[in-house]
Amino acid sequence: MPEIKVTPLGAGQDVGRSCILVSIGGKNIMLDCGMHMGYNDDRRFPDFSYITQNGRLTDFLDCVIISHFHLDHCGALPYMSEMVGYDGPIYMTHPTKAICPILLEDFRKITVDKKGETNFFTSQMIKDCMKKVIPLNLHQTVQVDDELEIKAYYAGHVLGAAMVHIKVGSESVVYTGDYNMTPDRHLGAAWIDKCRPDILISESTYATTIRDSKRCRERDFLKKVHESIERGGKVLIPVFALGRAQELCILLETFWERMNLKAPIYFSTGLTEKANHYYKLFITWTNQKIRKTFVQRNMFEFKHIKAFDRSYADNPGPMVVFATPGMLHAGQSLQIFKKWAGNEKNMVIMPGYCVQGTIGHKILNGQRKLEMEGRATLDVKLQVEYMSFSAHADAKGIMQLIRMAEPRNMLLVHGEAVKMEFLKGKIEQEFSIDCYMPANGETTTVTTNPSVPVDISLNLLKREMALGGPLPDPKKPRTMHGTLIMKENSLKLVSSEQALKELGLNEHQLRFTCHVQLQDPHSDADTLHRIYTHLKSVLKGYTIQHLPDGTVIVESIVIKVSSSTEDSNTKVLLLSWSYQTLIYNGLLPGG
Amino acid sequence: MAAHLKKRVYEEFSKVVQIPHEETPAKKLRLSKPSKSAALHIDLCKATNSTDALQYLLQFARKPVEAESVEGVVRILLEHYYKETDNSVRLKIASLLGLLSKTQGFSPDCIVDDAINTLSNEKSHQVLAQLLDTLLVIGTQLPESPALRLRLVEVAYKHLSDTYFGVRNKCLQLLGCLGMVDAPVGKENEGPGTSLGGLRDVQSIISDYFGDQDPRVRTAALKAMVGKPCNPPCTACRLLTDDYEQVRSAAVQMVWVLSQLYPESIVPIPSSNEEIRLVDDAFGKISHMVSDGSWMVRVQAAKTLGSMLQVSPHFLEQTLDKKLMSDLRRKRTAHERAKELFASGEFSSGRKWADDAPKEKLDTNTVNLIASGACGAFVHGLEDEMFEVRIAAVEALCHLARSSPSFAEKCLDFLVDMFNDEIEEVRLQSIHVLREISTHITLREDQLDTVLAVLEDSSRDIREALHELLCYTNVSTKECIQLALLELLKNLNKYPTDRNSVWKCLKFLGSRHPTLVLPLVPELLSTHPYFDTPEPDMDDPAYIAVLVLVFNAAKSCPTMPALFSDHTFRHYAYLRDSLSHLVPPLRLPGRKQVYGLDSVDSGPGSGSVESAQLFLQQSLNRVSTIQNLEASGAQDLLDLTIRDLQRLGELQTELAGAADFCATYLRCQLLLMKALQEKLWNMAVPLCLKQNVTATAAAQQILEETYKLEFLYSGLESRQVATIHHVRLQAKALQLVLTARTRQGLDLLIGSCERFLQDVESFQRLFLTELPHLQDSFVDKLLELMPRLSSCKPVELVKILQTTLRQSGLLQLRLPEQIHRATATIIEPTGESDNPLRFTSGLVVALDIDATLEHVQDPQNTVKVQVLYPDGQSHVIHPKPGDFRKPGPHRHRLITQVYLSHTAWTEPSQIEVRLLLAYSSSSTSLTSPSKLGWSESLESLPAAEAAVEGTIPFSKAVKVFIMPKPARR
Repeated sequence: MPEIKVTPLGAGQDVGRSCILVSIGGKNIMLDCGMHMGYNDDRRFPDFSYITQNGRLTDFLDCVIISHFHLDHCGALPYMSEMVGYDGPIYMTHPTKAICPILLEDFRKITVDKKGETNFFTSQMIKDCMKKVIPLNLHQTVQVDDELEIKAYYAGHVLGAAMVHIKVGSESVVYTGDYNMTPDRHLGAAWIDKCRPDILISESTYATTIRDSKRCRERDFLKKVHESIERGGKVLIPVFALGRAQELCILLETFWERMNLKAPIYFSTGLTEKANHYYKLFITWTNQKIRKTFVQRNMFEFKHIKAFDRSYADNPGPMVVFATPGMLHAGQSLQIFKKWAGNEKNMVIMPGYCVQGTIGHKILNGQRKLEMEGRATLDVKLQVEYMSFSAHADAKGIMQLIRMAEPRNMLLVHGEAVKMEFLKGKIEQEFSIDCYMPANGETTTVTTNPSVPVDISLNLLKREMALGGPLPDPKKPRTMHGTLIMKENSLKLVSSEQALKELGLNEHQLRFTCHVQLQDPHSDADTLHRIYTHLKSVLKGYTIQHLPDGTVIVESIVIKVSSSTEDSNTKVLLLSWSYQTLIYNGLLPGG
Repeated sequence: MAAHLKKRVYEEFSKVVQIPHEETPAKKLRLSKPSKSAALHIDLCKATNSTDALQYLLQFARKPVEAESVEGVVRILLEHYYKETDNSVRLKIASLLGLLSKTQGFSPDCIVDDAINTLSNEKSHQVLAQLLDTLLVIGTQLPESPALRLRLVEVAYKHLSDTYFGVRNKCLQLLGCLGMVDAPVGKENEGPGTSLGGLRDVQSIISDYFGDQDPRVRTAALKAMVGKPCNPPCTACRLLTDDYEQVRSAAVQMVWVLSQLYPESIVPIPSSNEEIRLVDDAFGKISHMVSDGSWMVRVQAAKTLGSMLQVSPHFLEQTLDKKLMSDLRRKRTAHERAKELFASGEFSSGRKWADDAPKEKLDTNTVNLIASGACGAFVHGLEDEMFEVRIAAVEALCHLARSSPSFAEKCLDFLVDMFNDEIEEVRLQSIHVLREISTHITLREDQLDTVLAVLEDSSRDIREALHELLCYTNVSTKECIQLALLELLKNLNKYPTDRNSVWKCLKFLGSRHPTLVLPLVPELLSTHPYFDTPEPDMDDPAYIAVLVLVFNAAKSCPTMPALFSDHTFRHYAYLRDSLSHLVPPLRLPGRKQVYGLDSVDSGPGSGSVESAQLFLQQSLNRVSTIQNLEASGAQDLLDLTIRDLQRLGELQTELAGAADFCATYLRCQLLLMKALQEKLWNMAVPLCLKQNVTATAAAQQILEETYKLEFLYSGLESRQVATIHHVRLQAKALQLVLTARTRQGLDLLIGSCERFLQDVESFQRLFLTELPHLQDSFVDKLLELMPRLSSCKPVELVKILQTTLRQSGLLQLRLPEQIHRATATIIEPTGESDNPLRFTSGLVVALDIDATLEHVQDPQNTVKVQVLYPDGQSHVIHPKPGDFRKPGPHRHRLITQVYLSHTAWTEPSQIEVRLLLAYSSSSTSLTSPSKLGWSESLESLPAAEAAVEGTIPFSKAVKVFIMPKPARR
């Protein structure tokens, strides 16, 4: 039986450094190639030596597919392709291909220039790596080689995020990457058709969460900002550069537009500006509203949001500032925070999760006195708000996707083991399909039941149709007669006559005969006649013929009578019938 | 069909009239036309190849065919059909057959046999499908023939096993349309299709095709089943998970139909022993489809949910339920938190880091992720990616909430959330919906706060919709009132153009919550127990807004005026006069005499309406006695009554329409009476030229007034329309008599006589049912004399008319239930500006027009803007249909721009802008002779009746100062 093997190198019962190996129909595919944010040593990259001890990866992998530009999904790519060595094709969507190098470069700068690490990939390596990338379009089927084909589906989450459908012959796997089943202000919801893959590999970040409506959160956020602005306060929103930042920008921009507000909104420059450029470009990847209105006005051409300059922070009057990084641990957002923390009219809104130890985490926990470097303390008087904007599917969303795709097996990655356990149970209960959750390095094997296509001769099919009966029903199997010929790796179903002809064989007929002796004083002809009349009275509804040459034929059975040589009273009945199978008795012509 | 019937009725009726007067055979005109069939035959014979033939057929299809020649045409077509070898031509013929069978007055049963015959010989699948379609048309044309139905159903069976999906589709359609539920069909078991089972009912045959391999056939099968009761409901449910969206969509429809047919039947829940009502089960299934993969299906599912009103409240409430959890702990929704916060009395709180921290731990077994049933359907629908789905969900919420107050209460939070949608259409729709269900709900403070936040929206539509909503909203506390007032004033400050809308909003807010306003009054009017406060500026819109709120509250709160300070009373008097529609009459102690007029007239609200109604009726009754009076006395009485009615209309806005209508009608009568009383009738013709002029003018004026009567008022019944037409007929008769007296040209006279007779005839035709009510009237007498009139000479006719006119009395006017006069008020331009609008001559300038229209039916087609320049030039401008908005029932709002241009003037001058109501007599519902079907051509219609078009100015003209400057070189 053919098998599909799935081995997570990263993201197995874990979040971060997504990297999943899939062997399907003799092809090896790597899904995502990410890094782990939590480690600074070798563990931050997947263990590529698992694939090959020595020798280049190119010989073992048929292709690499990157789902989206987040570093935990593409961070290890230059390392793998340039330092470990891989020359095969890398697939990603157009927006991912555009934005990915910006993030990789930023990542490299921080690691090498700031932390001073050596033995890390260089800018040139990133460039070389990106040269190996083949861009994908949505719903475009790309033939990697003769047998392997891949197709991308929209996944929401971030700009350019895609789910991929990988197909070899009749076996297929869907990998979701990260996805979002509820639309937000700039992206739509993930969608997939009923492709019925053998395995659906899904992320499960929020396996145990069912989220509240997004609208409440948005409304709250806007209200908070609006109130603060009306009071004349300044609002600081620390964000990470890509993804949520754009969503919040759109949200505020449209709100400003709608409410006719005049207070300035600033966005701290940096890589965001570069990325915004791509957001403007890839309109087809955004949500309905932006797609429909971009002809009049591209929503990413912000009218109210301007680039931030360091000096603006001291300007009087209300303003809103988006600044990086998101956890207030360093950089511009921290600088601004220090300036504004003393005024109770001001406000800071944390739109995402904060790691323990960061200032963001401290102030969210209500700490009002912060110790800064050099023994200085900072009184936090400004208001601190927390709003969660996250773009992963929740438990309901994951179930919804399963319902859409109707997979035969389910495999969970990119989540915590305990949470997966719960979801696994639910999936098995609701859909009665198998669900797996392998750990890193653990291989899951799924046997598939592939259908073997067979060519059928048209004549045979037509003949079968002519026999009548109900029209072919795709949901019910139907039996028919034919001969299966296996020739040069191809299978063919033809009629028996044609098969004989093709193979140059003579037709043999199989006849069964048997003798029955019975005592009858009459002459042969009379006996035969008596048998004929008897049969006629017994077997109603069958064709019984009495032929002049002294035989009785019942359907296809021939009966002859001859006297025994010893005793003329003993008659020997010769019964003879040919070998046949009866399926639709009475419907087959002549039989 | 209706027109057709009417015609037949008329024919019979006219026969009845003719029989007693045999000596005068009626003039009957029959226009005969060259036979179509012959021409077609020649054309088709000429055709040498199939393309030509196709061309001829296409040309032929464009022209209408009369009912009597249809059969001939059909024969010719069939003849060619048999000869034709080309599939496309046969297809076209088949489709033409279907088209022709639809001809009114043609009974297609004669071609059924031929059509069925052709079917059996046809090889091409496409043609076969088209022929079946033709049969379907024929079948639907002859619904009363069971034998034919049976035959057609048999034909459909025979072809059900066709390999082409189109043929199967059509067969299913035929079965669906014509197959009766319990008709035992298919007696001859010959075809392979019927070998499935001899006596099977249509349903099970159709349901066999639910499993067809072609999704189109599956869809057709489902659609055929819709409208037929089906015994096993589960078969359709299976198709809810079909791979194709059209099948799923049809299945949703099917499930809905079932749920409407058998809402109360009990179905078992699979995998458990419980049973539920079918409508609940269906509701659950359709709710599930709200998260379908295809947005078309989602839209349909959401819409369908809105119409399932019988569903149990338990299920209904589940649609808004989405159990939140975080890390397997139960979480409360933001809505619940807000409610609790409110209940605990805390005013507002900053959000805390762990405010939404999960509470109790959930049992993993009870968490239902894919909820079977209706769980969270609307939560999903309202969060959908496509705004179409969101709108459908909002509308569905509206329907369901209107029928269930408890559900309305629950969905409030969700609707309020929708105010923040990214698409304006959705926001607007949800505001409208909230208005519609607002009778059921009382807004909490926090909810009101969210609602009011939208007041700052820059879109005018949104703001006005919100004002409209606030007019109907109930709030719970005085803080709410204060909040609302504050926000409205902010709005007023930010968008001064909203003035009227805000004032109106406050008017309703005040009159709805007098007790809540009462404690706020001192604060609102900033009065002080000891000190006199400075008198506020009377022209400040914000101050007026506050006063409007207070005065309206004071109307039903008699203790309130005691809190007013002196200047408030003065301001009241001023506002009551200047903004009488916003400020109600108040009973102010001790000031009754001073401000007499208003407060005296206004008795207690509803009683005065009744008494006014009584008065109206009495005046009408009084008028009906004028027959017995002397001429001068009658005229005086009419004069008096008209004056009374006009005054009544001014005083009682509820009855303004009715009073106006009556007054206008009586004015017509008065004019007619005066014209007839002129002494000229006894004078010799040449002597009375001068009097003639006044009479002619009177006739003309009556005609105009009748058009006003007919088209300006809505709510007329056919009886009133008949009365109006009757007056018009009298006016026309008067005109005819006058022409006869002044002009000597006989040809002209003959022409007008004939036209008049046609008018009478069409009157008779249109108001056949009303004739009994017109006893003893002008037209009644005229119809008695009709046979004589139609044959006599013009001079004689005129004489008869003259006497009849003078003898006939006044027709009693019966008042309809509800009658409203179409009115328009131009809000902008106000006409107050002294600054001329300057523009370069030869170029255009856009003038913003903002007007409200009341009781105008179909304003998109009827309302026009007229611009009148000082030199007498006038332009009529059609506003775009999109410029009309409908803020409320019977109310429209026109916000448009008109473009002005003129040659250079030396001085600025005023142009007039007014709104016109266009009418055309052929467009009214009653007089629709042009809708007689395609076999009836316009030629046979009376030309005079065909198109009387005109416009009625129905708004006050507004003057705009403009100044076209000469262009600079």
